[in-house]
Amino acid sequence: MVAYPVVVADDLFKALADPTRRTILDELTEKSGQTLFEICSRLSMKHRLGISRQAVSQHLAVLEAAGLVETRREGRCKFHDLNTGPLRQIAERWLVPGTSGPKESAP
Amino acid sequence: MKIHLTSVFVDDQAKALRFYTEILGFVKKHDVPVGEKDRWLTLVSPEEPGGTELLLEPAGHPIVATYRDTLVKDGIPLAQFAVDDVTAEYERLRGLGVRFTQEPLDMGPVTTAVFDDTCGNLIQIASAAQSR
Repeated sequence: MVAYPVVVADDLFKALADPTRRTILDELTEKSGQTLFEICSRLSMKHRLGISRQAVSQHLAVLEAAGLVETRREGRCKFHDLNTGPLRQIAERWLVPGTSGPKESAP
Repeated sequence: MKIHLTSVFVDDQAKALRFYTEILGFVKKHDVPVGEKDRWLTLVSPEEPGGTELLLEPAGHPIVATYRDTLVKDGIPLAQFAVDDVTAEYERLRGLGVRFTQEPLDMGPVTTAVFDDTCGNLIQIASAAQSR
């Protein structure tokens, strides 16, 4: 019961730790619902990343395990959607509601 | 050496002929019966009647389904056609009910989009970046 959120958090931070995976999230933020082909095109053409389709596929699997990417079949194609829900865990873990961080000491 | 002919596998040649002529706007070049029910069926662009022909090839071989389905699942197109303006063509085809798996995407030197040809394939259209 206690271990579950820890495992989820581990997957989440691991997923966010890689710059290529963060770029994939950037691109899915611009447009959710992309095929593997479109994600590969964006990484190679827009970001000049020399990365194989297999490697992109593995990155997507890590993002999916962390809950940041969801996949759906539409017709015969598989589409990848962005899910920012798990990021709330990060906010709720350290941010105290109603404050904007440590109080600045008065002069 | 010249590239004279290229092909896409289609589930149904008659249906493919309708889609590729009535929707996409290609014109029939050769239509010759082959065997019991197959046809040697090729198309050209009306802009280039003497140009490269596209063969609508029957998808009868058992391996074709696996090959195409696997590529389609990942959104990978099997052929690419050139258009003057991908965005305009996207709007025109969408108006005719064509389903796109990738909306027009500006990739710098080229803009592309990908649609389902209803015959088993994904097709990419591409246009060079407009001079601004």
